[in-house]
Amino acid sequence: MTNVAPLTEAAVADPTAELASASADSGKPPRSPWRLMLPTMTPWLATGLALIGVIVLFGVVGPFFVGDPAAIRDIGLTGPSAQHLLGTTQTGQDVFAQLAWATRGSLQIGLIVGVLATALSAFFGILGAYIGGFTDEAFSLFSNVFLVIPGLPLVIVISGFVPQEQRGLWTIGVVLAITGWAASSRVLRAQTLSIRSRDYVAASRVAGERPWRVITVEILPNLLPVLASQFVFAVIAAILGEAGLSFLGLGASNSSTLGTMLFYAQNGFALPLGAWWWFGPPGLIIALFGTGLSLINFSIDEIINPKLKNVRLHRKQARRARKAAR
Amino acid sequence: MTSIQITDLTKDFAVGSGLSRKAFRAVDHVSFDLLPGRTVALVGESGSGKSTIARMLAKLEKPTSGTIDVQLDDGTPVMGSLYRRHVQMVFQDPFASLNPFHSIEHHVARPLKIHRRTRGAAQTHERVLEMLERVNLRPAADIAARRPHELSGGQRQRVAIARALAPGAQVLIADEPVSMLDVSIRLGVLNLMGRLQREDNLAVLYITHDLATARHFSDEILVLYRGRVVERGPADAVILDPHHDYTKLLALAAPDPERVGKIVSDEAAPDRASLDNSVCFDHYTGEWETAREKGGARARV
Amino acid sequence: MTPTQEAPVASRTRTRRDAVLTIDDLTVVYEVENPVTAVKAASLTLGPGEILGLAGESGCGKTTLAYAINRLHRPPARIATGSVTFHDRDGTDVDLLALESEELRAFRWSKLSMVFQGAMNALNPVTTVRTQLEDVLLTHRRGMSKKERRERAAEVLTRVGVDPVRLSSYPHELSGGMRQRVMIAMAMLLEPQIMIMDEPTTALDVVVQRDILREIVRLRDELDFAVIFITHDLPLLLEISDRIAVMLQGEIVELSTAQRIYTDAQHPYTRRLLSSFPSLSGSRGAFIRTGVDEGSPVDTDTRSVVLPTPDDLEEGPR
Repeated sequence: MTNVAPLTEAAVADPTAELASASADSGKPPRSPWRLMLPTMTPWLATGLALIGVIVLFGVVGPFFVGDPAAIRDIGLTGPSAQHLLGTTQTGQDVFAQLAWATRGSLQIGLIVGVLATALSAFFGILGAYIGGFTDEAFSLFSNVFLVIPGLPLVIVISGFVPQEQRGLWTIGVVLAITGWAASSRVLRAQTLSIRSRDYVAASRVAGERPWRVITVEILPNLLPVLASQFVFAVIAAILGEAGLSFLGLGASNSSTLGTMLFYAQNGFALPLGAWWWFGPPGLIIALFGTGLSLINFSIDEIINPKLKNVRLHRKQARRARKAAR
Repeated sequence: MTSIQITDLTKDFAVGSGLSRKAFRAVDHVSFDLLPGRTVALVGESGSGKSTIARMLAKLEKPTSGTIDVQLDDGTPVMGSLYRRHVQMVFQDPFASLNPFHSIEHHVARPLKIHRRTRGAAQTHERVLEMLERVNLRPAADIAARRPHELSGGQRQRVAIARALAPGAQVLIADEPVSMLDVSIRLGVLNLMGRLQREDNLAVLYITHDLATARHFSDEILVLYRGRVVERGPADAVILDPHHDYTKLLALAAPDPERVGKIVSDEAAPDRASLDNSVCFDHYTGEWETAREKGGARARV
Repeated sequence: MTPTQEAPVASRTRTRRDAVLTIDDLTVVYEVENPVTAVKAASLTLGPGEILGLAGESGCGKTTLAYAINRLHRPPARIATGSVTFHDRDGTDVDLLALESEELRAFRWSKLSMVFQGAMNALNPVTTVRTQLEDVLLTHRRGMSKKERRERAAEVLTRVGVDPVRLSSYPHELSGGMRQRVMIAMAMLLEPQIMIMDEPTTALDVVVQRDILREIVRLRDELDFAVIFITHDLPLLLEISDRIAVMLQGEIVELSTAQRIYTDAQHPYTRRLLSSFPSLSGSRGAFIRTGVDEGSPVDTDTRSVVLPTPDDLEEGPR
């Protein structure tokens, strides 16, 4: 969890050159730098957004339309049919209904952890780097310690300590956030250090701006792409991490998530019984959601490192040239 | 009107890490005055300490020792938050000193608001336009709405000058203000600074590595070598009659078309290895000072 | 306006050829959404052993021109028209734009080499100076023995004024000036007939710059190679060049001897460029230009009367 391939050495590009060349290339009036922070629409991004959109819609709206996921019926393990779109579990519960509620649960966890982890990493990363000196060293040491602690075992231990009844979504969310913020804070610290040394930050200090304004007004806008990317990483990590925890039986006990669905499917011998409709969909949704988020992150990467955009554009041009040559 | 007295300014940087920390002396007992209506040029190569001095004057770094005294005409000292109202800086890189996310209006309006130069949005906006026109950026309303990447280097530097003067600064520290601009634009910007100095009776510190513009635009020149002042005096005196070997070396090294075809001639250039920065020649007194005595030496008006 | 062309300055030692490089009507276009012509119909000839200065400000196309001559330009840059011909010492003519990749590789560095802008970052940080120099020899002079390579590397370093003991240093152990000399040494290894130098001294201190320039001129005198020296620093070119070409927005607007440009510049841009450099040794207020009356008396406060152009005229089209 704590080491989900964090960005290393990504230099936050100064948008100035970007914007200047963008306005030089096209005859159109130059876009504002806020617009430049939005990724360009590519098939990747469209796919990612579509995936996320559908799944989020399903998770948010779905539970209102499906039946009771916990209703036990007599029919036992049945495959997909007209009444039960995704069949039933071995206790006759409607898988489709469960899926809707489980998706919502997973999304909730993803959101909780995403926000918490990003907030923690922003606090320890950005603030420490800006203040510098002893505070920076202390915060950095603190985040390094958390980085070194193995994530999954720590989560298991903490989860194990908390008694089953109290292991709700929020508890799990907090545990995942605590073990997952450190990598991102290192990245943010590096970026803040780099931005802090830029002349316009010094200029605003010389003009007399207070530190909190310098951070929010001058430094933060440059960090937004990195923060967004780290948020997406945190959500992916949370969903996967939660699925793992639940699969081990250490997940949120009183709520339903995709992970708990997989846990019950495992316990109900879904795989040996060939009940693909039970373990397949939750796994598929996790995979698709992770894919969608990753695709979005690729587009955010292009903002952070504009050279990636050039690579893509060159490939596009080469393809066009080949097509024209035919 | 404000003046600054800098006395024995020293800055040490810690190099090395862990147990062995040595101090690297970037600025060594530098003293000079900045007076209204006069430009002092600080000339030196990279590593001479001139940028460190600028940063200390802008309060971006803390001096290790020495004092920076700012006072008004009547002698009242300027302290605390008022310092930034009186002393401002223009940075070297016009491409880096403006935040690409904010409009030009934001850049000039912020200092106005911070130092309460104006009341209310309307007055602030008007003042911004006034300042932009003062630095010859027209049409001001159009420029104010633009973002830094839409302006050329020279225009950006003018915005930086407008921003520096917005709080009503009386002392301007210009850290190599034109070295990153295109050649044909440099003089325009320097002329602008000259005009503004005359209009507002500013005290200007012009930091540069270019002797020629230093001579042209300043009243007094201080030559810095490895953190110490090695020669000081009126601009013409220092350039045309250099005494210290380092000044002679700088003067010889500057490109001079009068020497067309004579580049490999046997000019008796001083040997770089034998340069001694513990002595300083003061054109005002006509005497050499050694490092020990320099503590009390001040530039004459 | 047709630029004033001068016959290439004959080299000091031979006058067999008129030119070592002929560039004729070269046009380079950047194929982006709105195509940009970076170099417009550039024509010039380079005499053997001549130092040709290429002066201009940022965006004028001088670096694009240098890269195009060397065929180092990358898409979206494309050579639209024109020719670049190299007149070899042995009498043959080589059409640079028609060379195939193998021939181009053989041609590069042995006949024409380049010292890049930011050359200090062009050195490989993880190998020693010796390795980098010997790599060039390994690639282009396969017949040399190891001993010969070593000797040649040492010889070439001594030539540029660096102690051969520095062969075992890594680039980060050398100062900026020394790194630049190593780059020049590398460019000289195969004794090319032309060296193109793109702002080789811009990032260096003025004293170091002076030393490097002296080396370049001295080497030129010894080895008789031609130099295209690209920079925005016109006074520097006036000192070392035989001829100077002034570029503005992709076009060569003036091309004549250094002396002529100093005393009698024709194009208004050249004059403007000259008048942007205050004179160090002349009287206060004098600028590095002649032939143009600035109307600024020598003994008044010159800060107010420097240029006839008002401040806001400087924001010309970029």
